[in-house]
Amino acid sequence: MPWNFDSSTPIYLQIMEQIKFRIAVGDYKAGDKLDSVRDLASEAEVNPNTMQKALSELEREGLLFTQRTSGRFITENSETITELRRRLADEQLDLFLKKMYNLGYNNKEVVKLLEDYIRGEEQK
Amino acid sequence: MLVECKNLCKTFGETIALNNINLNIERGKIIGLLGPNGSGKTTLIKILSGLLTKSSGEVTISEKEIGIETKKIVSYLPERTYLSEWMTVKQAVDFFKDFYEDFSEEIAYSMLERLNIKRGDRLKTMSKGTKEKVQLILVMSRDAELFLLDEPIAGVDPAARDYIIKTIIGNYNENASVIISTHLISDVENVLDEVIMIKYGCLVMHKTVDEIREEHGKSVDGLFREVFAC
Repeated sequence: MPWNFDSSTPIYLQIMEQIKFRIAVGDYKAGDKLDSVRDLASEAEVNPNTMQKALSELEREGLLFTQRTSGRFITENSETITELRRRLADEQLDLFLKKMYNLGYNNKEVVKLLEDYIRGEEQK
Repeated sequence: MLVECKNLCKTFGETIALNNINLNIERGKIIGLLGPNGSGKTTLIKILSGLLTKSSGEVTISEKEIGIETKKIVSYLPERTYLSEWMTVKQAVDFFKDFYEDFSEEIAYSMLERLNIKRGDRLKTMSKGTKEKVQLILVMSRDAELFLLDEPIAGVDPAARDYIIKTIIGNYNENASVIISTHLISDVENVLDEVIMIKYGCLVMHKTVDEIREEHGKSVDGLFREVFAC
């Protein structure tokens, strides 16, 4: 998956989001070893200090851990990953709901629309 | 502190090229030196590299006055090439090896080989982009403390630009800083820690890229267009 950055928010926050996404969808699996800061920075074409900052923050959030001699790894705690996935899903639902409210639908109508839509998709 | 400028001024006759610059640069940073044409970027770089002398004020690199001692720890990529056209790659490498104690032939050749540039190739026969890459490789193969790159990405194709950016990232070391002067901000924005903006020889901003994005909610490129709007 390529790295993509927009221009309005700090890059380290965007790196954090993108690594979280990779963990949630399983591109990075529990216990996987991460490449070195320099390699990751080079791949993403970002400043090594920025990459370092993003990884340290993710570590503080418990998604990564460092083994002193051998490098940085994705957390082995499957609950943490499940929670992360759930949180990312909530963010998407939040965005979706806000847009539906803007379009003038109420909760009941949204649920009905979504159910109908999923049924339609299943029959395809 | 790696670089310290106090009330640094440079005049050419009546023209004020640098006006009272106060600036501190730490080690381990990649810094963009941004400003429109004629703002004083190259003058500042040339003073740091020892090619121009200041008119007044103070400037030190690694606590040393500019001179032979600082030239040993400063690696400078000028806007225009100073390598002679008749040289082969090997002659250019030997030239650097003779000049600089901290130059690593092994690093230079391994980078050149990766680009399929041979020792016997003549500079005369190379494209502009290839020549710029050779020069960048020579400059980056030194174990210097301060790298000054004056417009390293102007006039090269996007693939060469990517190569140059990756080389700068790949050579990052926490004891050294890199100053890149450019007006092609969006191309280098993601690799910068900090930006220095100058206008008519005055320092108008020195901030981290994160600060700019957090405080202004826009990219450095966007802010630059605002600060320097004509």
